Amino acid sequence: MPPLPFPAAAPLSWYLTLSAVLFALGVAGFLFRRNIITVFMSIELMLNAVNLSFITFSYKLKQVDGHIFSFFVMVVAAAEAAVGLAIILTVFKNRQTLEIDELSSLKN
Amino acid sequence: MLHSPQQLWLIPLLPFAGFALNGLFGRRFSKPVINAIACGSVFLSFLWVLKTLSALGAFSGGLQESYGEHYYTWIQSGALNIGVDFAIDRLTSVMLMIVTGIGFLIHVYAVGYMSHEGGYYRFFAYLNLFMFFMLVLVLGANFLLLFVGWEGVGLCSYLLIGFYFLEKFASDAANKAFIVNRIGDFGFSLAVFLIVIHFGTLDFNTVFAKVKTMPVETSAGWLTAIALLLLVGACGKSAQIPLYVWLPDAMAGPTPVSALIHAATMVTAGVYMIARSSQIFLHAHGALNIVALVGLATAFFAATIGLTQFDIKKVYAYSTVSQLGYMFLGLGTGAFSAGIFHVMTHAFFKALLFLGAGSVIHACGGEQDMRKMGGLRKYTPITMWTLACATLAIAGVPFLSGAASKDLILESAYEFAPWMYWVGVFTAGMTAFYVTRAFCMTFFGEYRGEISTAGHGHAPVDAAHGHDDHAHDDHGHDDDHGHGGTPHESPLVMTIPLMVLAVLSLGGGFINIPKFLEPIFPLHEGESAAWLEWTASAAGLFGIALAYFFYVVAPSIPESIVSTFSIPYRWIYNKYFVDEFYDATIIGPAVDGSRSLLWRAVDAGGIDGTVNGIGSVARRIGGFLRRLQSGSIRSYAAWVVVGSILLIAYAGFSGGAK
Repeated sequence: MPPLPFPAAAPLSWYLTLSAVLFALGVAGFLFRRNIITVFMSIELMLNAVNLSFITFSYKLKQVDGHIFSFFVMVVAAAEAAVGLAIILTVFKNRQTLEIDELSSLKN
Repeated sequence: MLHSPQQLWLIPLLPFAGFALNGLFGRRFSKPVINAIACGSVFLSFLWVLKTLSALGAFSGGLQESYGEHYYTWIQSGALNIGVDFAIDRLTSVMLMIVTGIGFLIHVYAVGYMSHEGGYYRFFAYLNLFMFFMLVLVLGANFLLLFVGWEGVGLCSYLLIGFYFLEKFASDAANKAFIVNRIGDFGFSLAVFLIVIHFGTLDFNTVFAKVKTMPVETSAGWLTAIALLLLVGACGKSAQIPLYVWLPDAMAGPTPVSALIHAATMVTAGVYMIARSSQIFLHAHGALNIVALVGLATAFFAATIGLTQFDIKKVYAYSTVSQLGYMFLGLGTGAFSAGIFHVMTHAFFKALLFLGAGSVIHACGGEQDMRKMGGLRKYTPITMWTLACATLAIAGVPFLSGAASKDLILESAYEFAPWMYWVGVFTAGMTAFYVTRAFCMTFFGEYRGEISTAGHGHAPVDAAHGHDDHAHDDHGHDDDHGHGGTPHESPLVMTIPLMVLAVLSLGGGFINIPKFLEPIFPLHEGESAAWLEWTASAAGLFGIALAYFFYVVAPSIPESIVSTFSIPYRWIYNKYFVDEFYDATIIGPAVDGSRSLLWRAVDAGGIDGTVNGIGSVARRIGGFLRRLQSGSIRSYAAWVVVGSILLIAYAGFSGGAK
């Protein structure tokens, strides 16, 4: 096995812990923030937390699948951001608000 | 013998074209156009029959074998192959001539008869459709095609009985005819299934050729089963005991319909079908005996009812049932050609009787009760003379058409069993009596109707006779010509068909049908004793004389007989209470059972209950679940989180993902 280009100073569990913390932050933001844009950003945060654990496992298992998955996630996230932001803009134009609790007109 | 193609399909298709034209566009046509289409199509069909038959040599000793044409394969399923095939043999030729010839005359008559009626184009469209199906019935070369025609004429019969569908009794009568016929058709279709199972084909030639090689069944086997089921079908269509009850009620239709469908052609379809299947019946003696018994019983009982009726069309209706019984008697005793001969002569004189009755009804402004007629010989001489021909023919006066065929049947009955002959002769006497009675009540004596206010004779039922069966019997429902005044002769368009039919009724007996049908039904060897014929004729003449004496010379005698034998008289007058018996034993339980058990319990309780129960359970579950749909995105997200935590916990506790 060739030597790594950098010293493996941080153990893998740190990366995974970081990923879990970021994901939990994303979940918390999604659940407790009221501004749609923040909620949206929380989703992005969750996606990237997952990306981090993909890369970590890919590195650990010496398999390229995780990398490929993380690229997929980025592509989908980009598309989702484009669509999502467009929706948010339209919502704001129509309703003059970004309060998520007020956007429940589909009910009833 | 090979023939060039004859385009048999034209024969039924011409009336069908008439039906399509009149049915689709008749509302916009004027009456002459409708007449031309309706009568013209049938006349062309008649001409095409003549042309085909002469090309096939039917008039010059040819057509010994059946000639068939194949058009296309209708059903191909495994080994079963059913084609749309038409075939002509000598039996079919007789039926074709009757159906198209008499049919044309009745169409012409109907032009005059229906001229004041609403739904004119509808009437002729139905009539043409009937011709189409009847021709398919007789031309079809397999049982399925026969069945198509069979059901089709049943449908047209239903439509035409219920022609005055705004009147309740007309639609009731139509329903009755249709439902009773369903019973017969059920038997017929079972027979067809049995034939498919045992022969693997429905083609007449193949089936009968196979039957020919089989031994005659002495005990009940499946050939007997097929024959009996066919007989059930024939009993429905040809109004035999126990399914005859629909035919008298079928007189609710316009009189030309009674003449064409319920006397001359459709009701003889059962006779035709049994004659066509003669091979099967000849190999099932038990079934053949039952045919004879059914026929004899029907002939006798219908004749007794005919003695007592006062509605002129009812008399002729029971007479039709009775004459059909004679035909079955002929078939059942093995005289198939005599049965078909009687179909033909009966078509002549019974069509004439009905058309004459129509003319009488027309003359009296819609009155059908013979007690309100009388003395019409002054007003309607042509109708009287033509009706006289028919009356003498059906009464069995020697050398006229009715005697020729009836004597053959009675001779055959004598060889079969002498007691059947004597019952038949007695019935012939009754036949002569009731037709003469109808004739005398109509034409002799003084006119008993109301001269000034005639038109629509809703006379109350004569209370002196103490009967009150179907109240509508005595209403002049059939015709609504709306002209009162004195009785008057019908126009030429109605009387000319009467005259043609009168000639046929007188001379039709000289058309030697049994000889013509010899290739199919071998002639009987040996001469019968001459006294058989003379006894039958004597019975007929005696019946005529007795009726003339009772109703012209000494009109008080019938009433005294009625009052002497009032109990049997009422019994017979009310048709042996057969309708009431069926009501009590079959119809009532069926209706009650349907209502309380099938409708209220099974349908409303079981089926609806299940469906509604499932619905309300679903609603309740939904009502519970809808609380989850708060509309708040964050609560949905919380559900997702809780769900994933539970999933992860489950995966963790159960040993992790593998």
